[in-house]
Amino acid sequence: MNPFTYSRAGDLDEAVREISDNDRAKFIAGGTNLVDLMKANVMHPTHLVDITRLGLSAIEETEEGGLRLGSLVTNAETAYHPQVAERYPLLANAILAGASPQLRNMATNGGNLLQRTRCYYFYDTATPCNKREPGSGCSALNGHNRIHAILGTSEHCIATHPSDMCVALAALEAVVRVTNRYGERAIPFADFHRLPGDTPHIDANLEPDEIITAVELPPRGFSQHFKYLKIRDRASYAFALVSVAVGLEMEGDTIREARLALGGVAHKPWRNLEAEALLVGNPANRETFKRAADRIVADARGYGSNSFKIELARRAVVRALNEAAK
Amino acid sequence: MTTNYIGKPTNRVDGYAKVTGGAKYAGEHNVPGLTYGVVVSSDIARGRISRIDASEALKLNGVLEVFTHENRPSLPWFDRNYQDQDQPPGSPFRPLYDNEIQFSQQPIALVVAETFELARYAASLVKVQYVREPHGTDLRAIQGQAYAPSKGKPSWKKPRPRGNAAQGMEQSIFKIEGRYDHAAEHHNPLEMHASTVVYEPSGKLTVYDKTQGVPNSQKYISRIFGLSKAQATVHAPFIGGAFGSGLRPQYQLFLAVMAALQLKRSVRVTLTRQQMFSFGHRPATIQRFELGADAEGKLQAVVHEAIQETSQFEDYTENVVNWSGTVYQCDNVEPTYKLVKLDTYTPLDMRAPGGATAMAAYEVAIDELAYAAGIDPLEFRLINYTERDPMQDLPYSSKELRACYRQAAERFGWSNRRPEPRSMRDGNELIGWGMATGIWEAEQKPAMAKAVLTADGKLTVSSATEDIGTGTYTIMTQIAAETLGLPLENVTFELGDSSMPEAPLQGGSWTAATVGSAVKSACLEVQKRLFEYAGSMPDSPLAKADADGVVFADGRIHLKHYPTIGVTIQDVLRHSGVDRIEEEVTTLPDMLRQKKYARFTHSAVFVEVKVDEDLGTVHVTRVVTAVAGGRILNPKTARSQVLGGVVWGIGMALEEESVLDHQFGRFINHDLAEYHVAVNLDVPPIDVIFVEENDTVVNPLGVKGLGEIGVVGTPAAIANAVFHATGKRLRDLPITLDKVM
Amino acid sequence: MSNQSATITEAPKTAQLPRTSIVTLTVNGEQRSLRIAPWTTLLDALREYLDLTGTKKGCDHGQCGACTVLVDGKRINACLALAVMVDDREITTIEGLTKEGSATPDGLHPMQAAFIEHDAFQCGYCTPGQICSAVGLLKEGHAHSREDIQELMSGNICRCGAYPNIVDAIEDVKNHQPDRA
Repeated sequence: MNPFTYSRAGDLDEAVREISDNDRAKFIAGGTNLVDLMKANVMHPTHLVDITRLGLSAIEETEEGGLRLGSLVTNAETAYHPQVAERYPLLANAILAGASPQLRNMATNGGNLLQRTRCYYFYDTATPCNKREPGSGCSALNGHNRIHAILGTSEHCIATHPSDMCVALAALEAVVRVTNRYGERAIPFADFHRLPGDTPHIDANLEPDEIITAVELPPRGFSQHFKYLKIRDRASYAFALVSVAVGLEMEGDTIREARLALGGVAHKPWRNLEAEALLVGNPANRETFKRAADRIVADARGYGSNSFKIELARRAVVRALNEAAK
Repeated sequence: MTTNYIGKPTNRVDGYAKVTGGAKYAGEHNVPGLTYGVVVSSDIARGRISRIDASEALKLNGVLEVFTHENRPSLPWFDRNYQDQDQPPGSPFRPLYDNEIQFSQQPIALVVAETFELARYAASLVKVQYVREPHGTDLRAIQGQAYAPSKGKPSWKKPRPRGNAAQGMEQSIFKIEGRYDHAAEHHNPLEMHASTVVYEPSGKLTVYDKTQGVPNSQKYISRIFGLSKAQATVHAPFIGGAFGSGLRPQYQLFLAVMAALQLKRSVRVTLTRQQMFSFGHRPATIQRFELGADAEGKLQAVVHEAIQETSQFEDYTENVVNWSGTVYQCDNVEPTYKLVKLDTYTPLDMRAPGGATAMAAYEVAIDELAYAAGIDPLEFRLINYTERDPMQDLPYSSKELRACYRQAAERFGWSNRRPEPRSMRDGNELIGWGMATGIWEAEQKPAMAKAVLTADGKLTVSSATEDIGTGTYTIMTQIAAETLGLPLENVTFELGDSSMPEAPLQGGSWTAATVGSAVKSACLEVQKRLFEYAGSMPDSPLAKADADGVVFADGRIHLKHYPTIGVTIQDVLRHSGVDRIEEEVTTLPDMLRQKKYARFTHSAVFVEVKVDEDLGTVHVTRVVTAVAGGRILNPKTARSQVLGGVVWGIGMALEEESVLDHQFGRFINHDLAEYHVAVNLDVPPIDVIFVEENDTVVNPLGVKGLGEIGVVGTPAAIANAVFHATGKRLRDLPITLDKVM
Repeated sequence: MSNQSATITEAPKTAQLPRTSIVTLTVNGEQRSLRIAPWTTLLDALREYLDLTGTKKGCDHGQCGACTVLVDGKRINACLALAVMVDDREITTIEGLTKEGSATPDGLHPMQAAFIEHDAFQCGYCTPGQICSAVGLLKEGHAHSREDIQELMSGNICRCGAYPNIVDAIEDVKNHQPDRA
């Protein structure tokens, strides 16, 4: 960990000003990912702006009848919040499938969106990694890529986004609220994270001088028919090999609306709108689910030790849809 | 009698220290002026350092020194100076010896600074240039280079064939053949390896080291740095797990002592979790079996080959292929054991070394043969049960394995099992029941102990052994208290100090037998003295008694047949006029008697798994294990030992794998997020049964040791249960979901 | 390699390090002031600056739970918290539990006593983290079954494998001393 200076921002303006004035400054709140990466010598900010005293820690209803999750609310507070648990159980379940109780007590919603990949090579400075050191090469392509992506990859990077929460947020079509020195803007969740392309070092479409203030959930929470299915190498406290977030609106046995997002398979929570369209208007049965699953993995590519994920993802989608439709 | 403690469930005597945070481990002894060393590790697996530049690090105020091969002090460099008690044949690794890189993450520099944070930062500023050379780390790819080692570690037994296996196979009606691989694993005790060297003004060193043998560490640094036993003492009162990782002095000890002597300062070196993957590990192993049985299911032939990895510089050897000729009756056995040299650090004994490896494969092969013969797996093992050790052709000192099978099977409900695979189901999940046999050696080593009884009636017994979580503190206290008939709270057992009477490494499940015998013997010597004093007391009621006619219990010495006639130990001490009775003993195993018998601990493990057929996930939902381990000194801590072993078995079967990336010759999942050990939710209820077993041969206490036995049979029982659930015979560990689905 | 005893390398100390400042932490009810730089984690502050070594370092990366402490009553991983960021919080470590819940003659918190009684540890290294985590778990109130306890204790690795006994100890406290939990 390199030396850095520290300041505590008193309000949003101060936080934005501090970050805008220093291109090697980073915000810190929960610290669960940043401090880890600084210890691993992967990230080297020279100034940290503590934003934990900014407020931004409320969960409240939006005018449209949705829910606004302050960016500094912890993952645990969010998951156990009565409104979230009741109206957005998909989100609550996804959060509680991630990390550990201790980490969820520290990690914030904003930080969860910005957590970085768990790629072994990204973490190990003895090996080349385009995400850590652009242009150095991708060690995972021909290496041990059990935990790596099968969708939306590039020759420069096959890392995955490790969040569980974000998979649910993608399915719920949340909106990310950000503030910069010129004002505010809203980023649809689908546009928040990026695919690696030839710039794998940039994870998200968030400018360095912007701060996430909230994540807004639209009114529809799919609280009747939902499933967060997480498949991992042990029963708990492990990142997803594949995860699936499903929200359905049913009319009898017919699917009226479908949301489907996958984790552990791509550089961002993965949605396939064509696959979702294949579900809508069709009976909730194995044939329908398989068609959607096949459509999703049709574009998948394995790299050796992660090739099993293609079939696993297919089966996981079918299983999650089946459970959600019940 | 209230002072009968042996065999009673007893809370750990070190429990209070451990639950209050009072127990201090190697990296926790804080002294004024302590400095911190952080190790710089090699990025490459093989080659040379062409340049190492520490100038940026040294510019930092508070950085005291950066030690490298270029500026390290002149030291003896002969292999013999780097010997240790668990050393395989070869040339031991010598830290900072020269610019040659022999394995990835090799320590290449030590940065010492006034604070930990500063040392860590400075370490990141040390610039290293390498000349890379091609490395070989792929065991499967280069298994053709395997050779039969001519010698091994002292504990290694050269495999001996018997009968004619080829002929046995020919005569067999039922045959199986298969290859069984398992990955390398790392010990990963939760406490990372650390050494704190306290430099006293006189130049004396007090060293707190994470070790399974303070004498081993003490001798190691003495030989290298020319320190007498008085100049450097090594202490390890608490060890945060080890499982074998502390059997050899690890490089943080060398580096911390070197730095302390050079800087004349107290130094602590703690490895990072990543660096915990930079030294010994359970070696990856490729095994092959050919087994044959006759029409009744009797084993006719066992062909067992094992290829294991070792380093370029040492021939690490385990007893792997020996076990298949030991467990069951079979006249035709052909074992082959070979090594392949890889550019990694030398493997290192890890909980049940060799035995866990062998039995994880052999007991799966046996299950396959049972299925081939159409015989229930438990019945098959009973058919091949042996009342005499076929390997050594000796009777057993005791063997209650049959009772283990019976009791565990009954508790588990094995008789309700439907033999066909895929015959039991619960929703999306297939249910499987599997079982396996476990076996481990019951050894006793020479050891010393000292007992001191003071006038206040307090007894202190000491021996330079360890308690790595095994319960040594507690069981030794029980033995000592019961032998002298003193209340537990009047007895203290001390360990982990190199100035104490010597004990062997803590490992191999021999500590209870070995140190326990020495403790008992020392206390018996104190008994003798007390009895003499008691007899010479004025008007002694014991004046005419013989030693055999008295009992030490409840703080008294009394006549065996007239318990009311006796004296209190306090009175004996007061009248004798001595302020202490001190006895030191050396206890040797009774080799003459022991060598006439085969001495083993046995177990039977029964496991239920639930397998998600679509997703491939396996959950162990129930475990019953019965252990025949001789006398159980403390059922509470004994059960914990076995629980822990079973949890290790779950990890070995389903989760643990140190992945070598052959691009870099480096263990790449080197942290606890990606090297998966079992977490709480992975572990089901575990039913541990101790089968009564009386053994008068193994040692005077009749104990066999329990540290390894829990892990030995468990992986195979799980693999067999997965087969029963799915019909898929998975021969490679760990059984991850991609292999199952 | 030099042939003589190494000499201590002298180099001009020119590089700049971040300034330290006095940070006051409230640990186990006591105010403790220490001079640290921002890069000192809460875990290192406790262990190396305050000599409260009951809180353990098992990985230093939030992957084992050995460093679990309670901050404002909530369990967190001290290895990932910067000490400067928690200067106005109430920090409770294993050393503070003994005082905090002293219900037994030896001053043990009920969870500590239950861990001894159920032999819920072996080497003892993960134990303070397990106990702090268990105390936090019961305060949270989300564990309604044995399986819930197992899931919600899975952030604390016990390499010795004492898990079944750990769950027994927690259930014992949960069932018999709900008011103390």
